[in-house]
Amino acid sequence: MNTKNTLRLGLARAAAGLMLLATAPWALAVNSLPGGPAVNQLDLHPPVTKIAEQQQWLHNVMLIICVLIFIGVFGVMFYSILKHRKSLGAKPAHFHESVAVEIAWTVVPFIIVIAMGAMATKAVVAQKDTSNADLTIKATGYQWKWGYDYLKGEGEGIKFLSTLDVAHREMSDAGKPAGDDYLLKVDNPLVVPVNRKIRIVTTADDVIHAWMVPAFGVKQDAIPGFVRDTWFRAEKTGDFYGQCAELCGKEHAYMPIHVKVLSQTDYAAWVDVQKKKMAAAADDPTKVWKLEDLIARGEKVYAANCAVCHRPDGKGAGPIKPLDGSAIVLDADKGKQLAVVLGGAANGAMPSWKQLSDTELAAVVTYTKNHWSNNTGQLVQPAEVVAARK
Amino acid sequence: MSAVLDHHGEHSHGHDHHDHGHPHGWRRWVFATNHKDIGTMYLLFSFAMLMVGGVLALGIRAELFKPGLQFVNPELFNQFTTMHGLIMVFGAIMPAFVGFANWMIPLQIGAADMAFARMNNLSFWLLIPAAIMLAGSFFMPGGAPAAGWTLYAPLTLQMGPSMDAAIFAVHIMGASSIMGSINIIVTVLNMRAPGMTLMKMPLFAWTWLITAYLLIAVMPVLAGAITMTLTDRHFGTSFFNPAGGGDPVMYQHIFWFFGHPEVYIMILPAFGIVSAIIPTFARKRLFGYTSMVYATASIAILSFIVWAHHMFTTGMPVTGQLFFMYATMLIAVPTGVKIFNWIATMWRGSMTFETPMLWAVGFIFVFTIGGFTGLILAMAPIDIQLQDTYYVVAHFHYVLVAGSLFALFAGIYYWGPKWTGVMYSETRGKIHFWGSLIFFNLTFFPMHFLGLAGMPRRYADYPMQFADFNEIASIGAFGFGLMQVYFFLFVVVPMMRGQGEKAPQKPWEAAEGLEWEVPSPAPWHTFETPPKLDASATRVIG
Repeated sequence: MNTKNTLRLGLARAAAGLMLLATAPWALAVNSLPGGPAVNQLDLHPPVTKIAEQQQWLHNVMLIICVLIFIGVFGVMFYSILKHRKSLGAKPAHFHESVAVEIAWTVVPFIIVIAMGAMATKAVVAQKDTSNADLTIKATGYQWKWGYDYLKGEGEGIKFLSTLDVAHREMSDAGKPAGDDYLLKVDNPLVVPVNRKIRIVTTADDVIHAWMVPAFGVKQDAIPGFVRDTWFRAEKTGDFYGQCAELCGKEHAYMPIHVKVLSQTDYAAWVDVQKKKMAAAADDPTKVWKLEDLIARGEKVYAANCAVCHRPDGKGAGPIKPLDGSAIVLDADKGKQLAVVLGGAANGAMPSWKQLSDTELAAVVTYTKNHWSNNTGQLVQPAEVVAARK
Repeated sequence: MSAVLDHHGEHSHGHDHHDHGHPHGWRRWVFATNHKDIGTMYLLFSFAMLMVGGVLALGIRAELFKPGLQFVNPELFNQFTTMHGLIMVFGAIMPAFVGFANWMIPLQIGAADMAFARMNNLSFWLLIPAAIMLAGSFFMPGGAPAAGWTLYAPLTLQMGPSMDAAIFAVHIMGASSIMGSINIIVTVLNMRAPGMTLMKMPLFAWTWLITAYLLIAVMPVLAGAITMTLTDRHFGTSFFNPAGGGDPVMYQHIFWFFGHPEVYIMILPAFGIVSAIIPTFARKRLFGYTSMVYATASIAILSFIVWAHHMFTTGMPVTGQLFFMYATMLIAVPTGVKIFNWIATMWRGSMTFETPMLWAVGFIFVFTIGGFTGLILAMAPIDIQLQDTYYVVAHFHYVLVAGSLFALFAGIYYWGPKWTGVMYSETRGKIHFWGSLIFFNLTFFPMHFLGLAGMPRRYADYPMQFADFNEIASIGAFGFGLMQVYFFLFVVVPMMRGQGEKAPQKPWEAAEGLEWEVPSPAPWHTFETPPKLDASATRVIG
C-alpha cells in the first residue's frame, strides 16, 4: 500500500513538473469532471463497481510487480554499465552458457506470469457473468449516437436516443472548446438505478462501435448484426461518462456515453415521467378519431387509471361516484366532464388527470359516455381536450 | 568501388576488375541484382516512407496539440491515422529490415549474393507502385482510406475508391514480402559457406530465417482478409457484411491471425541486430546463443496462438478470454530470456558506448517498458479498461519505435561503416541518440496516463481534461521528427557521400563475423568463391 502511494505520488510529481514546463502559456481553464476524466488524471477512474475495483486492484498489483522487476533487472544492467567499462579498466570475463541460470530465468518468469494470470481469472469470470440482471437495456450504436431500449425490468419499454449536445460539436469545429463536460454532454443520458445489476446488451446499426464507461469498468463492442452483452452494478449515485471506443467513422469522437445513476425512488419517479412522456408523445392530439376506435382505446385507459375506484362496472363504491348513469357523464355539454377529469373534484378525492395525454383523456371520456347503460353517442376528439386544458 | 554510391574518383583499383559487366547509371539500380545495391534501395525507400509516415504522424499530433479542431476535419484526421499506420508498418519498418537482410545475410553467412537475384529485384521494385498507390490515395475521390490500419469491416465497406487502391497496394507489398522471405530462407538454408553450420550462424540470420517463415505463413492470411473485403465491397459477397449475414468479428479474427505474428515480424530481426551489437561492445561472447535461438523460435510459435488478445472487448466467451490471456502472458517468458541474455552478456564485460551500443542499450531499456505494458494489457480484466485507449498507442509505439526503429538505427551505425566505407561522426550519432530517446519518451510516456484516464485512440478531438498530456506528446513528436531529419542530413548523407574518416575493415575492436572479413566499404562482389572458415565460423582462413 505504501509503495503504491509513494509510487503514485512520485509519478504525480514528475508529471506535474513536466506540465509546468510545457503548459504555462496556454493553460486552459478546466476542472475535473466528477464521474468523467480528471484534469491530468494519472490512473484509472475511481471505481464505482466491484468489477472496476478489481481491475484497479489488478492494475496496481501488476504495476508494482512490473516496477520491481524493472528496477531489479535494470539495476543490474546499470550497475554493469557503470562498473564494467573499458575506460575503468574492466577486463572482459569469459563465462557463457549456464544451464542452471538459464533454467532459472525461464522457470521463475513462467511461475510469475502464471500467478499473474491466476489473479485475474476470477475477475474474467465475474465480468462475463451477465445472468440474473435486474434491468436489461439494449445499447445500439448508430453513426453517431447511441440508442437505448429498456428491454426488461423496471422501465421496460422506455426507449430514446442519446446524442452529443450540438453546441459542443460546434465548439469543436470552431476550435474553441469550453466546459468541464466538453464532448461529454448528451441530450438524454442513460438513467439507471443504483445497486441494481444492469445488463447492457450491445448491437449496432451500421459499423462497429464500443460502449465504454471507465468508472464502471465496462467496455463492450457494439457489433452490427450481432448481440453482445456486459453488465455493471453501480454502487454510487451520480453522473458517469464514457466515449465510443471503436473507430466508427468521421464523428467517432462525438458520440459520448453519459450514465446517470439514481436512487431507487428517484429512478422509479423517472420511469414514471418517461412512461407518461412516451404515452403523450405516442399520440398526435390533432388526429380525428372514429367513435369505435376511441372507445376501444378508452377502455384500456379506464382499466389502467379509473377502474380502481369507479370499478370496472362503472358503479363506483361508497363515496366514489358511479359513472354509469352519471348526470355529468350524460350531459350534452362535454366541457363539464372534461373539467372534472382535468381539474379533479371533491377536494381531490377525484384527482386531476391532466398528466394523461390528450388522446388518452379524449378516449376515456368518450368511453364512459358510450358504455354500460350510457349511450350518448357523443364523441370527444383530442382537440377538444387540448381546448379544454386552456 | 563502393557498394553504396559511385563517389569521387579516389576509390581503389584493387577490385575494379571484378566489375566486368557492372551496369552504371540508372541501369545499375533499375536492373539491380546485386544484394548490396538492392539492400541500399530498400533502406533508402524505407527511410523515405518513414518521412512520409512521420509527416502524417505530425499532422495527427498538430491537431491534437490543443482540444478543438484547428487544422484538419475529423475525416482527414482518420485518413492520417490510417495511412500513418499502413505506411509505417508496410512501407517503413518491414522494408527496412528486408534491406538489412539483403545487405547483411550474404555477408554474414559467406554467400556471394542472395539465392534469387532477379526475384530480389522484383520484390524491391514492386514496392514502388504500391507506395505510390498508398500515398496517392490521398488524392483520390473521397480521400485516403479512413478505417484505421486494421481495416475493420464493416467500416471498410463505407470507404471510397481509395480503399481498393490500398487493398491492391497491400496485396503487392505482401507479394513482395513473400518473395523476399523465400529468398532469405533459400539463401540461409543453401548458401552458407562450408563450416557455417546453422548453430554457428549469426543471430541476425537466425532471427530473419524465423521471421521469413512467419511472413510466408501469415501474409497470405492478410491477403485473404483484404480480398474478402474487396469482394464484399464490389462483388456482392457478404463475408463480413452483416447486412448480408456476414460476420464483422470474423474479419478481426483473420486480420489478427496475421496481425499478431506481424508484430513479431517487425521485432525478431531487431533482436538479431541487438544480439550482434551487445557482445561487440561488451567485448564478451553472447551469454546464451542456443537459448537465444530457442527463445526466438518459441516467440514465433507462440505468436500464432495469441491473436485474440486484440479482441477482448468483442465479447468473447469466458474460456476464450482465459486461453488468450494465459497464452499471451507466456510470451513474456522467452522475451524475458532474451533480455536476461543481453544483460548477462554485458555483465563483467569491458564496455564502451559508441553510438550503436547506445542505441542497443536504449533499445533494451525502452523496449522492456513496452514489454511490461504488454503484460498489463494481456490481463483481460485490465484490458477491458485499456483496449482502444491511448495506453495501447503508448504500448505499441514503445515496442515498434523504441523496439524496431531503435534497433534499426543501432544497425545503421554498426554496419554503416561497412556499407559506406566511412565512419559516422560519433558526436552527431550521440546527439541523434539522446535527442531521439528524450523526445520519444516525451511523446509516448504521457500517453499511458491518457489511456488510463480513458482517452480513446483515433480521436480528432478530446475532453479538455486531457489537454496537457496531449500538448506534451505533441511537443515530443515534433522534436522526435526533427531528430530524424537531423539524422538523415548530418549522418546518412555525409556517409553516403563518403565524407568522414575512412572506416577500417573492422571498425569495432571485438566485432566478430564474416562481414568484418571483407574490406570497408564492402566490395561490390564478396565471397564469390566460398570462403574457408575457422572452427567458430567467424573468420576466413583462406
